[in-house]
Amino acid sequence: MTTTNTLSSTRTDLGYDDLRGLMSLMSGDEKHDFSATSTLDALWVLYDRILDVSPETIDEPERDRFLLSKGHGPMAYYAVLAAKGFIPVEWLPTFGTFESRLGHHPDRLLIPGVEISSGSLGHGLPLAVGTVLGLRAQGIDSRVVVLVGDAELDEGSNAEAIAYAGATGLDSLTVVVVDNASSSLGWSGGIERRFTVEGWHGTRVDGRDHDAIEAALTHRAEARPTVVVAAVESKEA
Amino acid sequence: MRTQFGETMNDLLDTDPSTALVLAEISRQMFERAIEREPDRVINVGIREQLLVSTAAGLALTGLRPVAHTFGAFLVERAFEQVKLDFSHQDVGGVLVSAGGSFDWPAGGYTHMSPGDVALLDTLPGWTVHVPGRAEEADRVLRDAVAGTGRVYIRLSTAANRVAVPSRPGRFQVVRRGVGGTVLAVGPTLDAVLAATQDRDVTVLYATTVRPFDAQTLRATLGRPAVAVVEPYLAGTSARQVSDALRSVPHRLLGLGVGSEELRRYGTPREHERAHGLDAASLRRSLDDFLLRPAAAA
Repeated sequence: MTTTNTLSSTRTDLGYDDLRGLMSLMSGDEKHDFSATSTLDALWVLYDRILDVSPETIDEPERDRFLLSKGHGPMAYYAVLAAKGFIPVEWLPTFGTFESRLGHHPDRLLIPGVEISSGSLGHGLPLAVGTVLGLRAQGIDSRVVVLVGDAELDEGSNAEAIAYAGATGLDSLTVVVVDNASSSLGWSGGIERRFTVEGWHGTRVDGRDHDAIEAALTHRAEARPTVVVAAVESKEA
Repeated sequence: MRTQFGETMNDLLDTDPSTALVLAEISRQMFERAIEREPDRVINVGIREQLLVSTAAGLALTGLRPVAHTFGAFLVERAFEQVKLDFSHQDVGGVLVSAGGSFDWPAGGYTHMSPGDVALLDTLPGWTVHVPGRAEEADRVLRDAVAGTGRVYIRLSTAANRVAVPSRPGRFQVVRRGVGGTVLAVGPTLDAVLAATQDRDVTVLYATTVRPFDAQTLRATLGRPAVAVVEPYLAGTSARQVSDALRSVPHRLLGLGVGSEELRRYGTPREHERAHGLDAASLRRSLDDFLLRPAAAA
């Protein structure tokens, strides 16, 4: 366990242009392939423009919840958390080591502001259903946003949650599907159809276009959960 | 016991707004009124057991005290990764209440049996496991579990003891003292254990809580260091706990319970008890061999 758990070295003056540099602190690489950065723009827009949560409010019951379900490739997530001051930049070079709080899948007990520990696919969306219900039961109307990958939707647990959330109209729930066409068998007819057929509001945007992502995430459908498919370059590209 | 669960659970939902219940169709009829009144914390997710467990864990992430309930085969075995990751790994508390025991409905066949549930939970640290033997014990362990903050499994069964002895959640109850060895009866096995050990000079302990394992009472009441554990789930499930409890005492150990072989039989719970050697007559033979004729048993 690192002893650098003071937040004195957190930075809040970092911007989008710094994210790749922050990722380099973890990977040692100057450049990152599409796969490592597939979630980068969606994550940045969420934390920069959408989510009502900050390092000061990570324990507030009324905070917005962001659940990174696709825990694979979390460097982009850690870079955004560092840029937004949730974790010290100094943590980044320790990535994946025994003393580090930053693993190749995130752990909510080790990282401030991380809502769920992920890694095994298909857990974030079902956990989000319970989170939405629990907040509603307490009269809290915060948003709950889950990020999943297109291949992660292969996991059947997602189908259970998609059907339930659609049928019961969990409108504070938003799913962002980062689609880099990595599902081997694909989704004929489009990923969003899997949601809209169950009553969700669904849109597809360019996953690199910040304004488009923002617009899609800002729109809130009434009495229906929302899915935003953020299409990025194919993993194979 | 399931009826008692319905009564106690409805009462807890009525009186404590931080209590939540998640169902997957099973036992829904007992909670229709509560579902109508509190749709955000009394939830039926349909026949979706992965979602059942994950939803309960999600409720816990927001600070509620969730109870998730269905048959043990689907609650613990089918959705085991959800139990492991969404409760244990996320480090949130909750109460899982199973119905069906090991073979409450043998006519339903192997798909509805879950003799391995406690052994499976033993692979995860820190779960409290209650195995009540009577309805009033189920009521008490459920109230205790919901009032707490930890991770708790309550194993309900239609098998119940006729005999009522005082029980202490978390501790073994000393039912009888003797010098010829110790028999630990877990939950609904007590009737048969008492019948099997009638007029035998043995200590009988009764457990409604098996995890944590009350090593202290086992050691404090130990006479001749021969311990038989009679469990209504997989035979030998608590063998490691007994070995740990008695690691400084040379001892003999017999684990009785449900065999791991699939019988491929239907019928009644009584017939399955007999087939697994858990009826009073079979237990008497096994316990006498172990306690009175150890050389012959070997």
